Amino acid sequence: MFNQSQLDAIDSAILTNLIESGIDHVIFMNMAGNTIAKHNNGKSRLDSTAFAALAAGNFAAVDAMAKLVGESEFSLLFHKGEKLSIHFSKVNEETLLITMFNKDIALGLVRLKVAETVKEIIHILDDK
Amino acid sequence: MALINVKTREVQIKIVYYGPGRGGKTTNLEYINKKYRDQIKTEMVSLKTQDDRTLFFDFLPFDVGQIKGFDVTIQLYTVPGQAKYNATRRLVLRGVDGIVFVADLQKEQRKKNIESLNQLYENLETYRIDLFKIPLVMQYNKIDLKNSGNEILPTEILQKDLNSVLGAPAFEASALSGGNVIPTLRKIITLTLSSIQDQIF
Ligand SMILES: Nc1nc2c(ncn2[C@@H]2O[C@H](COP(=O)(O)OP(=O)(O)OP(=O)(O)O)[C@@H](O)[C@H]2O)c(=O)[nH]1
Ligand SMILES: [Mg+2]
Repeated sequence: MFNQSQLDAIDSAILTNLIESGIDHVIFMNMAGNTIAKHNNGKSRLDSTAFAALAAGNFAAVDAMAKLVGESEFSLLFHKGEKLSIHFSKVNEETLLITMFNKDIALGLVRLKVAETVKEIIHILDDK
Repeated sequence: MALINVKTREVQIKIVYYGPGRGGKTTNLEYINKKYRDQIKTEMVSLKTQDDRTLFFDFLPFDVGQIKGFDVTIQLYTVPGQAKYNATRRLVLRGVDGIVFVADLQKEQRKKNIESLNQLYENLETYRIDLFKIPLVMQYNKIDLKNSGNEILPTEILQKDLNSVLGAPAFEASALSGGNVIPTLRKIITLTLSSIQDQIF
């Protein structure tokens, strides 16, 4: 269970690194499909509850496939759409960070910002 | 494990409907979805094959209102019951807080029910969850078939086969017509909430 100051710190890491960089939606969730924190740029709508359940299933399935082919994990997953793309990143054994962004933002920047955010979140979670 | 967010004051609880293929797990969720449409903010998500068998899971989130200042959401899932899908079945169980075991009371399903329950025990073990400790409700489904002359397993047999050691609350049900679907749901919600009380409140 996360405490109030951890949740505050996670929110602020997501807002400053990701939302302010132009990413549309961010969901920080656990592997069971429950949302821990979610943010968006206020411009688009998303059924984030259903989204998180599907994302957890998708990630779990890919993870299980990795094990079948002898990979310990595919730590990064990326789905590219015409207008919107989705990026999945494993934070630790229990949590995932998902970002959705449109074509106006470069994938390289997203990856960089996500990596920074993941590092920060790991630090926040260790800092009990 | 239930997700408790002290900041947004939300509690998310995961309940999984488990049981042999074609037992009526999806039908339970479909009935709940219809019955409580007003309380359900999103569409039910069903990942299924072309012939309507569950491929990965069904998902239905469901608000039960506030408890001690926390907004409680119950997330209902079903697993795919077909034998070949055990790998995905296990994935769906991740983070489960409560289980409804939907058994099919048709006579020819007797062995399948038992096998499915045994596999549930093993699958939970991989997450270090003990079937004897997790909130559990038994549902003996398709009781309506009794009236159409089909050969069905009497409840005493089902209780002996599946529930003699577990001793979980059990309901005869007819998911298709909605019979005892809501009492089953209420029971598992009550059991699950009381099991996580200490964590939250
Ligand atoms: N007579 C009768 N049929 C039922 C009942 N509940 C479900 N069925 C039927 O049984 C079949 C299978 O139901 P599903 O709900 O799809 O079963 P399931 O457990 O989700 O099956 P899988 O997804 O393969 O695991 C369908 O044709 C349902 O209409 C019931 O209470 N009575
Ligand atoms: Mg089904």
